[in-house]
Order: sequence, then C-alpha cells, then structure tokens
Amino acid sequence: MDQILFNLQLLLEYPIVNLKIIIDGVMIGALFALSAYGLALVWGVMNVKNLAQGDFVIAGGYVSWTLAQWGINPLFGVPAAFALMWVLGWVIYKLLITRVIERDLFTSLLATFGLAIMMAQIMNLMFGSDTQSVNLELPTLYFADGLIDIPMAKLIGVCMAAALATAVILFMKKSRMGQAIRATAQDARAARVLGIDTEKVYAFTFSLNAAICGAAGAIIVMVWVIQPFYGITYSVRAFVIVTAAGLGNLPGVIAAGLGIGAAEQYGSHIFGIGYQQAIAVLLLLLVLAYRLSQQKRNRQVLK
Amino acid sequence: MNKALLYIAIIAFTIVAPFLFPAYNTQLATLWLMIIVALSWDMTGGQMGYNSLGNIFFYGTGMYVAAVVTIGLVYNVGEYTAASGGGIYEWTPTQYYTGLALSLIAAGLFCSLCAIIIGYLTFGLRGPYFAIGTLGVAIAAGELVSNWDWVGGGQGISMPSPPGDFENFKFLIYFLYAATGVALFMFCKWLYSTRFGAAINAIRDDEEKAEAMGIHTLRYKLVAWAMSAFFVGVAGAISAFQLIHFEPLETAYQTINLGIFMVVCVLLGGKGTLWGPVIGAIMFHVFKELTWNYFLGWQWVALGALIVVVVVYFQDGLMGWLATKKPEWFGETIEEKPVEAAQ
Amino acid sequence: MSSIIELNGVSKSFGGVKANADISMKVEKGGITGLIGPNGSGKTTLFNSIVGYHPIDKGSIKFEGQEISKMLVPEIARLGLLRTFQTTRIYGAMNCVQNMLISLPHRKMSLMDALKRNTREDYERAEHLLEFVGLYEKRNLRSGSLSFGQQKLLEFAMALMNEPTVLLLDEPTAGINPTLINGLIDRLKRANSEFGITLLIIEHNMRVIMNMADTVYCLAHGEMLASGKPEDIQDDPRVIDAYLGAH
Repeated sequence: MDQILFNLQLLLEYPIVNLKIIIDGVMIGALFALSAYGLALVWGVMNVKNLAQGDFVIAGGYVSWTLAQWGINPLFGVPAAFALMWVLGWVIYKLLITRVIERDLFTSLLATFGLAIMMAQIMNLMFGSDTQSVNLELPTLYFADGLIDIPMAKLIGVCMAAALATAVILFMKKSRMGQAIRATAQDARAARVLGIDTEKVYAFTFSLNAAICGAAGAIIVMVWVIQPFYGITYSVRAFVIVTAAGLGNLPGVIAAGLGIGAAEQYGSHIFGIGYQQAIAVLLLLLVLAYRLSQQKRNRQVLK
Repeated sequence: MNKALLYIAIIAFTIVAPFLFPAYNTQLATLWLMIIVALSWDMTGGQMGYNSLGNIFFYGTGMYVAAVVTIGLVYNVGEYTAASGGGIYEWTPTQYYTGLALSLIAAGLFCSLCAIIIGYLTFGLRGPYFAIGTLGVAIAAGELVSNWDWVGGGQGISMPSPPGDFENFKFLIYFLYAATGVALFMFCKWLYSTRFGAAINAIRDDEEKAEAMGIHTLRYKLVAWAMSAFFVGVAGAISAFQLIHFEPLETAYQTINLGIFMVVCVLLGGKGTLWGPVIGAIMFHVFKELTWNYFLGWQWVALGALIVVVVVYFQDGLMGWLATKKPEWFGETIEEKPVEAAQ
Repeated sequence: MSSIIELNGVSKSFGGVKANADISMKVEKGGITGLIGPNGSGKTTLFNSIVGYHPIDKGSIKFEGQEISKMLVPEIARLGLLRTFQTTRIYGAMNCVQNMLISLPHRKMSLMDALKRNTREDYERAEHLLEFVGLYEKRNLRSGSLSFGQQKLLEFAMALMNEPTVLLLDEPTAGINPTLINGLIDRLKRANSEFGITLLIIEHNMRVIMNMADTVYCLAHGEMLASGKPEDIQDDPRVIDAYLGAH
C-alpha cells in the first residue's frame, strides 16, 4: 500500500515521469493495435473469434529470435516473420479454421483456444520456457536530463509498426483483394452471388492476420521479451481493444491500442510490475462493463 | 426397475471400488473430481447455453477459502503465511476436522456468492463475450492472488497435514469427492425435471423469446451459476485438503489445465444431457491416465489437438452421437423426462 | 373502459429518417385495438418502442399508468405485456407440450415455485389450450417439424398459456394460408372474450383488422394518419390514399 502511494506521489511530483510512461505506453500500444487490427479483420470478415491471436504474435517473435541466433540482423526478422507466419496462417486456415467458420461462435472460440494451447506448448518444447529477447545493440536517446530514455530500437519498432499499418490500410483500400475482403465482411452471401470466391478471401484474410501478428511479434522481441506462455495476454489485449473500439473501426482500434498501452504502463508503474498481466485482464473486464452499460442505455445487450 | 438396479450397482461400485483397488485410490478420487466439475460446468454450459471458460475460478477460490478457514480458525493467517513453513503450527484432530467440515460449506457458499456478483456483471454478456469475460475473471484472479502476500502470494499456501494414518486419509478424500459427486448428480437429475430446468433450456435455445415471455432470465442465470459454483467450490476445498500444498497459478487457478478439461469432458460425453458429462469425464480421465506417460512431454500438445478435434468433429459428444444413431434408445426418456428430451 | 397502454408524443428516428413522429394512441383495457399502415409506415418501429427494443427520442409510453419507455425488454415483459414475433419463434427442438409448459407465467412464480415440477393441472391446461388452437393431435411432435401456420398457432397458444394482461401481435396472419385466417381471427376474438386478454394487433391486412378491432389506428410515413371505429377508418379517404399509394 505504501509503495502504491509512493508511486502515485512520484507521478505528481515529477510530471515528466508521466510523459515517459505515456511515451512507453504508446510505443507498446502501437504493437497491441497491430494484432488487434488482425483480430478485427478476422472477426469482421469470417466471424471467427481467434483466441490464438497472441500465440501468433509470440510465434513471430520466435522466428525473428531464431534468425538472430543464426547471426542474421533482427531487422530482417520482421519481413521473415511476416512471410513465415503467412504460410503458417494459411496452413492453419486449411486444417482448422475453414471447418469452424459456419459454426456457432463458441465452436470457433474453443477450437482456437485448443490451437492456442497447442502452439504455446510446441513453442515451449522448441524454445524452452525462459524469456527471450533480441538485442539490436543500438544507442538509447535521452531527453529531459536523462529522465526520459527512448531506446532507438523502440523508435525503429514503432516506425515499422506504423509502416506496416499504413501498408495494410492502403492494401485494404486500393487493391482488388482488399475490396473483396471488405465486401465479404459486409455480406458474405452477396459477395458470393457477385462472384467473389469467399473461400479464397477467408484464407487470405486469415493468413494476412497471422502475418501481421507475426511481424508485430518480431518487433516485440526487439524491444521487449517473449515467452511461450505470454500469448494469452496478447490475445486478451487484442480482445480488449476490439471490444472497446468495435469492428471495422480502424482509427478506433489504433486509439484504443495506444490508450490500453498507456493504461497498462500506468498500472504497472503504480501497482508494481507483478500486476502487469492482471491489469491487462482487468482492463478487459472494465471495457466489457463499460460497453454493457452503454448497451443498456440502448436497451440492448452485448452479443 | 432396470434403472433402479443400475443406480444401485453404480452406488455399490462407488463404495467398494477404493477397497478393491487401493492402489488406484488417488486416480479414482481424481475421476470423481472430473465428474463434479464436468457436471457443474454442464449446468450452465450445456443446459443454459452460457459457456463459461472461467469456472476454474470457483475451484481455485474454493481452495483458498478452505485454506483461510482451516488456518484462520486456529492461527493468524498472515503470520502463518509469513512464516512459510517455519515456526510450529499444530492442529489437533478436532481442530482439523472442524476446519474441514466448515471449509467445505464455506467454500461452497462463498463461491455461490462470487458467482452471483460476477454473474451480475457478466450475464449481460452473451455468447463469446461471456466466455472471454469469464476466462478473464479466472486469469485475473490467479494473477491477483499470486500477488497477495496474506495468502502466501506466488509461493502458495500449505494446509495442515492430516492427523492419523495417511492411507485412511486417502479413503476420506475419496469418499468426500464421491459423496459430492453423487449428491451433485441427484441434484442435477432433480433440477432438470423442474420448471426451472425447462426455463434454463429455454434460455439456451432462444433467450430473446424467453425474455419476451417474462421468464426471469437474469435471476435464473444467476441461480443456476451459483448452484454450479457451489459444487465446484466444494470440490476445490476437498482438493485443498488432498494436495496439502498448492499455489495460485499452476494448481488453484489452473486455467488451461482443469479449467479446460471440464469443457472437454462435457463435449466428449455430450452437452446438455444428464449422463453426458459423467461418461465424458470417465472417457477423458481413462484416456488421459492411459496415454499421458507415452507422449514423452508432448502431452499438452496432444491435449490441445484433442480439444480441436473434439470441438470440430465430435461436438455433440457420445450422447449426441447415440441420439442420432439410435433415437429409439432415447424415445422412452422423452415420455419420462420431458425436460431432457429437449436435446 | 379505461386505457391500459397510453402513448404520448412518441418520436423515434434512425439517423436522419423519422420512423415515428409525435405518435399518440391509447389501447383500451379488454378491447381489441388494431394498428394498420402500408409498408414502411413505422408500425414495427412503434411496436418495438413499446416492447422495449430500442430507446425512444421523445414522448412517453405508459402501461397501467407506469412509465415503461426506459425499461428493458424483460422488465416490460414481466409486467404482463407479451409479444409475439413476426417470424415465429418457438422452441423447435422441443415438442408442443414442452413448448406450452415453458410458457407458464414465470413472472407470477417465486423461485421456490419455479423449482417445482409441472403439476397435473399444468399439463391439462397445456393440452386444453393446444386443443383450443387445434393442435391437440400434434402435441407430441417436435414443434420444429410443424408447418409455418401451425407454428404460428402454437406460438399463439403459448401466449395464452402465459396469461398476459396485454398481448401484442405482430402481423399474426402474415404467411398463413388464407383458408386458415378465418379460424385464427375467430380464435383471437375468443381469446379476447373468453380469457379477457387485451389485444393490440399490428396488421398489414385491412380485412383482418376490420373484422376484429373495436378501435383502429392508421399510420403512414411515420405519422398518425387517422383513428377511430373500423367502419370510419375504412371510408376515410386519407387511409385509402395511403394504401393505394397516392402520395
């Protein structure tokens, strides 16, 4: 309790610390927003709520980490993770997801939960349960008398995340496939009638989601640590963001992602690092409670 | 008549089994634990259509309630956990058994209370949001408890050692589980034959219609979940005494372990049927005990694969499969038990 | 007779579209009130406002003197205001008798009552009402296997089993074989006279309403066009215009 009060006092006495926390939170939040956008895509297009989302992120991280062990610059890990996770996403789609699309929501939720357990355990067997990270060996920038430190690696990570997000947005807006995906999301039957091969769209969307997550994971491994069992927290964060922002609301997803990143940083600063996972999950409950009260005003329920 | 014989045979077997196979005492006890959690999961998941992924919350909470009650009756819990095994803490047999009896009741009631509070917040959520929300509750609880030093934090907490002979204690644990399981089965059998049982089936099949007909949907959902939580809490309390030492993330709030086993058991046996969860629990437990050691470290991967396969290809479970293959077997029950025929 | 449902200046718009503008109407206790209007006139929006499916922008809706415009669907239903659905909703996996038993008025039950089994009388009542709508022979069939018209009759029987104070029917004759319509009208009238249930019926079909209702309200373009006795409404040139599509 004293520790919490002390931490709060620190925030009030040194406003600059707030800035540091917010910058940190926004940087991390950008990565959350990426995986959340993938989830929103899959959820919106094929109505599959993917609980293995976080495990895709972690898997992407391990791709980059493995390459780094072989002496390859981790910056190349990002495109490599994107490509490899694309393939993995396609395989998972063909083996599993295609069989749960038309089924009720609990089926897809539980099936992807099973997938999440499998992926986490396989990674545990392959890479061990230690936390891992990749060191870029880049300098750290200091501002405000050294109170704010921004490692170059984080800066690069955020820039890559922003570039990836922009690329995906442009792709969705301009390309034929992007249009087909958006059409399918609006009305799959109408899209089929109009000659869109929805099966292909689904497979593409799921692969794209896995690839985005993989790239996000490859960035995360540069600036943070990964561990085989961290996946579920990323899944929960993705759900928090999508639930807060709603489907098909890209600016909302980004804003919610950044906000949740900042909220989590504040939480772990005030309550201590041990509470980080708990805070991520409690945020989910808060967001759900908020959405419920919102729906209640509309005389509706959250479904 | 046949049915009565069947029930008598099962009860008789339940009583003599631990004496016939004393070496498998612990396995049999665990089997009953699986039956209890599967049956109580099915109360809301199968019968009411509210698929909770967080029922493990009640199991873990039951364990901690048992620990706090048993220790708190005699000593100061904070001092006890701070000493973490050091210092001399003794329980007389009377104190131990009083603690045991009170723990079971307290764990059940406290978990029911938790179910009502959490349910009040989450039952506005439908379908996937409910599943994710409850999963969130279970994960958050595990994380919070592992940061809560008063109950031992991440190190966990130790129950007093059982007085007397340890072999006899194993029998006691077995019979506690078995009695809870049998009581739960009878309770479900009765519950599903009442108007309440029909109403929760109506909520599962079409909640909007049930609301429109004036069924107290929220109240019934809370009561059903509280009933289910009661039995999971009791099972958790028994587990606390059985395991003696437990810690929050791996044992008490074991989200991907027992927390998902109970769902798999129900799916294997058949959702929304009385016997399905029981049969599913037996199938799953036997499968697990027979194969677990041959997977050489890959057992958890196999478990994930099993979930995927069951969910995708075999979701109606054994009972559902039988119902489509041999509808005449179920023809008789339709007349006798109107509620269950709704499957 | 006193009014049991009272709407005062109810407005509701979706985005820029005014679905209901300043609607006022009264449903007399113990009577049959009809609400008619061409497609897109805002009947269903008004119906949904009454039963609580969406918030209203302005105005008040009172049931037995109690304001219900801010209440949630289940709360309104528990006051004894029962609705049927335009696309019939029954429990397709259960048989007809089970459907009837589920429809027992749970709102009048305490939890202890709910934790009892159905009594002999409940079964008898269920079978009696199934006989009333002409489904007695099919009572042990899976209700999902019934024809659409029969499912509608079953839903109606379920509504009667529920002992509502007011029954709101959303297009009860839509999609029903025309030869069955007269039988349904007759049963609705009997439900009103024998069981004393107040009816509020939304209908597209003029003939049906004119045969049953004591009072008729006519909506067009989201506004209340006319109200009064069926024969007056039938001759009202504005109503005829609205129905013939002269804008």
